Amino acid sequence: MRAPSWVRVMLVHLVLLVVTVAALYPVLWVLKMALTPGQSFAVDPWPIPQTVTFENFAHVINTETSEGGWLFGRQLFNSLVISLSTAAVGLALSTSAAYALSRFKFVGKEAGMGAFLITQMFPGVVMLIPLYLLLDTMNLLDNLLGLVFVYATTSVPFSVWTLKGYFDTLPRELEEAAMMDGASRWQTFTQVVLPLATPALAVTGLFSFMTAWNEFILATTLVSKPEQFTLPIVLQRYVNDYNAEWGHFAAGAILVSLPVVALFFALQRYFVEGLTAGSVKG
Amino acid sequence: MATVTLDNLHKAYGETVVLDGVNVEVASGEYIVLVGPSGCGKSTLLRCIAGLETITAGELCIGGKRANERAPRDRGVAMVFQSYALYPHMTVRDNMAFALKVAKVSKKERYAQVDEAAALLELTPLLDRLPGQLSGGQRQRVAMGRAIVRRPDVFLFDEPLSNLDPALRGHMRVELKRMHRRLGATIVHVTHDQVEALTLADRIVVLDKGQVQQVGSPRDLFERPANVFVATFIGAPAMNLLPVIGEGETCRLEGLEQALPVSGTGAFTLGLRPSDMFLADSGIPGVVDVIESLGSEAMVHVTVGAHDVVVRAEEPVQVNSGDVVHLKLSTVHRFDGTTGRRLE
Repeated sequence: MRAPSWVRVMLVHLVLLVVTVAALYPVLWVLKMALTPGQSFAVDPWPIPQTVTFENFAHVINTETSEGGWLFGRQLFNSLVISLSTAAVGLALSTSAAYALSRFKFVGKEAGMGAFLITQMFPGVVMLIPLYLLLDTMNLLDNLLGLVFVYATTSVPFSVWTLKGYFDTLPRELEEAAMMDGASRWQTFTQVVLPLATPALAVTGLFSFMTAWNEFILATTLVSKPEQFTLPIVLQRYVNDYNAEWGHFAAGAILVSLPVVALFFALQRYFVEGLTAGSVKG
Repeated sequence: MATVTLDNLHKAYGETVVLDGVNVEVASGEYIVLVGPSGCGKSTLLRCIAGLETITAGELCIGGKRANERAPRDRGVAMVFQSYALYPHMTVRDNMAFALKVAKVSKKERYAQVDEAAALLELTPLLDRLPGQLSGGQRQRVAMGRAIVRRPDVFLFDEPLSNLDPALRGHMRVELKRMHRRLGATIVHVTHDQVEALTLADRIVVLDKGQVQQVGSPRDLFERPANVFVATFIGAPAMNLLPVIGEGETCRLEGLEQALPVSGTGAFTLGLRPSDMFLADSGIPGVVDVIESLGSEAMVHVTVGAHDVVVRAEEPVQVNSGDVVHLKLSTVHRFDGTTGRRLE
């Protein structure tokens, strides 16, 4: 194979450089706002701060309730509990559903898959009023459990499609071998299928986690007490019609991003495997 | 070890009939090979015995007891799949021990049994490896080991050698033969490779279009094929088939003036194995078309009348393309011109 010409190499690197700068610039800019003293909006396009301070981070972290409790800790806890529960409940529901859709023939299978797909075509806000009424009826407004139910059910269609696609690529002979070895359908599922589906489970779980972690509109409608707030609502409160604390907002945005970044790093091996799995059969 | 009886077995997927009244009795400790072309139903038949496919009609008995409705795990059978189907996330040891783990055998006991089977198959140094770290031949042995550990009444092999290269396949054939002798197991083996069938089987079942064409020992099938299908399927190169018209002591072949020295009456199909003809100074005349040299022997394609026949000859072959040669016949087979059945 001929080596590419230096002009081509330079062009490729130039494009990569531009894309990298375009991707990193907003992040650096937010970082600059977070590290700069004061709450003004950074109009200077240079993304490196001239003075560095962590007071914005300290302010966000040390926010207290009216009774003097640690409000940020409570809100972080809310977000973590809701997101982890959403991922767990969503995975538990969608894994078994996706496996059934992948392996069994039954009446309504195609229609069910189609219905799952259709639900993904509408923005979440369309469901806002029905969900509000439902949660109100069930006494789950201002309740973390209510948010978990809402997020988990909205993440199920996407998770089912992703997992079904992955299960379709797993050779059926492995399950048949397990059954010949004496395993029940449940043992085959838990001891052979699920371990092999780890990359897909990691990806799907991460998506569910992120969906719940970043969600704002449903959370701000279904929850009104600051003790029940999730972090996206907290962020929004720093910049509203009457107030614009850009420094606190930027510091909060970085703090909110950290758990997701950490999860990405922890799961990146599975993430790449999961995205590429199924692209080649066999 | 157990017997396996297939009594008028049928399998259909909707309107498509895959197995059409299969009757076979496998004796305890017998090595039986199901052979046939792709799509003949041999793998489906094996999967019916395994319990991985439901039986549409007929009866399957394992060890003399009806097994149609029994779950795979309750049939006392172990299967080696064509792809080996090793669990990729488990080590060789855990793959082999899986069945015993499911059966709630203690860890100590199951690993002892795995060690025993591993020693038998020379897998001991590989026990801590993952399947992805093994060669094709090693994976095949692990799949065998996984079956052995279960101590089943019947082993089912679904084309277990088809993914191996020719040299390794030959070696593994010998290993299978040894394993059968050591374990005295009842084995039902599916293959499309007739060499595998002829070398391994106590008896061969030839299937075509879901029906049993013939059941017999490898020698039976080679020497007395029941019909044209078996005659052409068993033996390589395939038997030459010539449509002839019998005239009592001789018969006529289209395009050939000289009568063939084969008795018969009316229209029938004459079967001649390449090894049952030889080049001679006199006999049936023909013209050499192509010579395929295989080292110690050669396949000489000769045009006789309006037909081509293949003759096996020992090297060095003293003829060239275009030469006129003469053929002598040793053994001939006769088949009904319409039904294709063997004529005695």
